Amino acid sequence: MAEVLVFVDHVDGAVRKPTLELLTLARRIGEPVAVALGAGAENTAAALAEHGAVKVLTHDASEYADYLVVPKVDALQAAVEAVSPAAVLVPSSAEGKEIAARLALRIGSGIITDATDIEAGDEGPVATQSVFAASFTTKSRVSKGTPVITVKPNSAAVEAAPAAGAVEALAVTFSAQATGTKVTGRTPRESTGRPELTEAAIVVSGGRGVNGAENFALIESLADSLGAAVGASRAAVDAGWYPHTNQVGQTGKSVSPQLYIANGISGAIQHRAGMQTSKTIVAVNKDAEAPIFDLVDYGVVGDLFDVVPQLTEEINTRKG
Amino acid sequence: MSLRIVVTVKYVPDATGDRHFADDLTVDRDDVDGLLSELDEYAVEQALQISENSDDDVEITVLTVGPEDAKDALRKALSMGADKAIHVEDDDLHGTDAIGTSLVLAKAIEKAGYDLVISGLASTDGTMGVVPALLAERLGVPQVTLLSEVSVEDGTVKGRRDGDAASEQLEASLPAVVSVTDQSGEARYPSFKGIMAAKKKPVESWDLSDLDLEAEEVGLEGAWTAVDSATERPARTAGTIVKDEGEGGKQLAEFLAGQKFI
Repeated sequence: MAEVLVFVDHVDGAVRKPTLELLTLARRIGEPVAVALGAGAENTAAALAEHGAVKVLTHDASEYADYLVVPKVDALQAAVEAVSPAAVLVPSSAEGKEIAARLALRIGSGIITDATDIEAGDEGPVATQSVFAASFTTKSRVSKGTPVITVKPNSAAVEAAPAAGAVEALAVTFSAQATGTKVTGRTPRESTGRPELTEAAIVVSGGRGVNGAENFALIESLADSLGAAVGASRAAVDAGWYPHTNQVGQTGKSVSPQLYIANGISGAIQHRAGMQTSKTIVAVNKDAEAPIFDLVDYGVVGDLFDVVPQLTEEINTRKG
Repeated sequence: MSLRIVVTVKYVPDATGDRHFADDLTVDRDDVDGLLSELDEYAVEQALQISENSDDDVEITVLTVGPEDAKDALRKALSMGADKAIHVEDDDLHGTDAIGTSLVLAKAIEKAGYDLVISGLASTDGTMGVVPALLAERLGVPQVTLLSEVSVEDGTVKGRRDGDAASEQLEASLPAVVSVTDQSGEARYPSFKGIMAAKKKPVESWDLSDLDLEAEEVGLEGAWTAVDSATERPARTAGTIVKDEGEGGKQLAEFLAGQKFI
């Protein structure tokens, strides 16, 4: 069976969920071979083996942390040359897409980004994408070279599928470009203790109607009652009420959770682009004419300052 | 010292319009009004700010690849304050994918001459966000991308890249390729004077032969990816809408419990 390379997104050896989802998709088209780079790379092996990786290629060097993107491209290219895979799958983070694009160009292959599903096809893997603010679904293939596909979080279930997960050292020679862009400082983001926005099963968002940074505490309380991530519309972010890293929409994150709760969000195209593929959509808004109500499974026309606290309290009561 | 900045921009169908696909599964660019991609305005803005903050002699060229109407996008950037424009236009470009677009842009950037390339974070139609990285790869220069803050001094570009896990400070020597986010600073509106001045600014038109490119290297036939189908997403079925009469929160909780979210 053909091997499929999976680029591992991990933090000091802790594998992030989208990578495990990639292993599920990789198993549909071949045998997953994982590539883990940087500090803690070898510690990823157990989790990757548990979810179907037959091999884990690892390499650590200070270049991965000290320089932007290119060292990882060099390593992934070395892995492609060592394995000759049927496809290369990369998580669709900002960095993941940049790594994938440069790799594709180097190995003379087409690239598909932001896939939401992958199936085996007669002419190679077929990728599903959601385009034009999720108003169309396309099916595409790479027609030249080894398909390089980046996949959005929440595109597949994480499945246990124990495999050997044998760790092998990857030999990497860095290119002249590898040290072109130096990372001179890094400030880790403070953890909120909430799930990652793009990976969360439930997202609770606030918009213009939240009317002030201090009122986002209401949104956060509701989120915490459901174990959800917090999102914000562009209007709320532009007003300085919530950080840009939490923005949902065309210029922020695109999310596809099981449940999306929009509070005080009108539902402009900009916002819909980032949440329209959510499984269940719920909205609370004062304006009965707000376009968000065209998308909802359940909507409450009312003041979020009344509805949201009541909802939070009711959830906490029911949870006992 | 002089600093030559090339800003890459794209003419895209208006996102508030009824965007759809043509029969050959390329983006229909005829039926829907187009405009300068909003995210590219931030790139033009940062080029202008770099110019305003520099003691060097800065020249800003805006570059686009696209059909005849794409001149509108160039005109907008010129009215914001860019100095000149290059329009790469050729019938054989129809259907070019991101890899092909990066080839055409890289050839044009090299022909124009550059110290710094500035792009937006992604186009608002394709939304891939990979062209800046592809340009850096093709040009063989550092990529300093997704910056929320950018400055250029003494032949060095510095900036802040806000990632999910951390915020990073980046630094590279020129020449380099930069991309900026919508957090980099509000783009200015063209002034009346700027709009009038733009009419007199030079717009050069180049075709594939000007860039020593062959038709089969670009276009739908030259693309390394193929779209097999495009299906309009069915409208979501109408949901239940209730008016809050004092029990709205509880009713919503009941719905969520019914869906097993609680």
